[in-house]
Amino acid sequence: MDNKQNQLPLWEVFIQGKNGNPHRHAGSIHASDKNMALQNARDIYTRRGEGRSIWVVKSDNIIASTLDEEGEFFDTTDDKVYRHPTFYKVPEGVKNM
Amino acid sequence: MTEEQKLEQFQARIDAEEKIEPKDWMPEEYRKALIRQMSQHAHSEVIGMQPEGNWALRAPTLRAKKILLAKIQDEGGHGLYLYSATETLGIDRDTMIEQLHEGKAKYSSVFNYPTLNWADIGAIGWLVDGAAIVNQISLQRTSFGSYSRAMIRICKEESFHQRQGYEIMTTMMNGTPEQKEMAQDAMNRWWAPALMMFGPPDNDSAHSKQSLKWKIKRESNDVLRQRFIDKTIDQAHFIGLEIPDKNIRFNKETEHWETSPLDWNEFKQVINGNGPCNHQRLNHHIKYHNEGNWVREAALAFAENEMKLETTTN
Ligand SMILES: [Fe+2]
Ligand SMILES: [Fe+2]
Repeated sequence: MDNKQNQLPLWEVFIQGKNGNPHRHAGSIHASDKNMALQNARDIYTRRGEGRSIWVVKSDNIIASTLDEEGEFFDTTDDKVYRHPTFYKVPEGVKNM
Repeated sequence: MTEEQKLEQFQARIDAEEKIEPKDWMPEEYRKALIRQMSQHAHSEVIGMQPEGNWALRAPTLRAKKILLAKIQDEGGHGLYLYSATETLGIDRDTMIEQLHEGKAKYSSVFNYPTLNWADIGAIGWLVDGAAIVNQISLQRTSFGSYSRAMIRICKEESFHQRQGYEIMTTMMNGTPEQKEMAQDAMNRWWAPALMMFGPPDNDSAHSKQSLKWKIKRESNDVLRQRFIDKTIDQAHFIGLEIPDKNIRFNKETEHWETSPLDWNEFKQVINGNGPCNHQRLNHHIKYHNEGNWVREAALAFAENEMKLETTTN
């Protein structure tokens, strides 16, 4: 155990604010297991009815891309302008498209 | 890319109002300055629970007690938002707590003053949280993403803190002569410490210039302090409280209130450990942190057992 004073493992918290909305990252908490993680997340991030559903994920399990590789990582989309509606010419007079 | 080019690019991002995220390249000094400021901010939220906790069991009504408990719980939450935002910079929470216990990390000097009567709870909510709000609203625009998001969350919760404090002061100012006297006494003791929360004057603030350039801070100590003074003097007069400063004067040209210089010697004394409650605040934190260790140990042992059970039954 590398935790010097047992700070407990780190978890990331995602909260769904309203029915139909996506879960959004709120921050992180420390907890020893999944039940404590859910309870701590509730107590820390939803004291005013900010959420109706919570996801917790161990921080170690999150893989993130970095800004340094942003260019090459996302540039595969750069030459696919035809994915945007503005790429196409619609004959004049055609409505509601 | 050379270090110099990286620095230039970094500053260009800051100048363009981009947010810096934890995994982005950043100068070591930027990271250090953030860890210093954010952990100090987190510690302040948590240590700040103590002077208010002093009155939780002596609140005059059940309503007042429930409000105070909710307010103190919020402050604990603020501490945790900030610790978690600071952890994204690669420092773990244990290290931050260790630095607090060893006196290497500071917390706001205002929490080293005692809460002597119930009106102090009013004065803290109104003045101390009021000052914190002015600072925190400005910090919502800080350049570091995790810090900015924590500040936005905190600001949403703070205005209740200030209002409940002002309500206590208002109630007491509408009360008996003794209650009015208590309110004025609390005002007299908390005014200067609240003004000092913004930090030393701009011309001798050690970290200010670089912090502003990197947009860790968005406005200078003196600018923020003046904003707080202008708001608060009117609020005090509105309920009949006097400002404990004979030299206050409204300058019609600048449209700002002028006040006496603060006693920065006292500030230095208090921040360096010689305030009325420094030892008490720190010892209390150390004691309960250590006494809680068995709970964390037991929780971890329980989690390990659970894991074993899961793997054997699957
Ligand atoms: Fe707070
Ligand atoms: Fe507060």
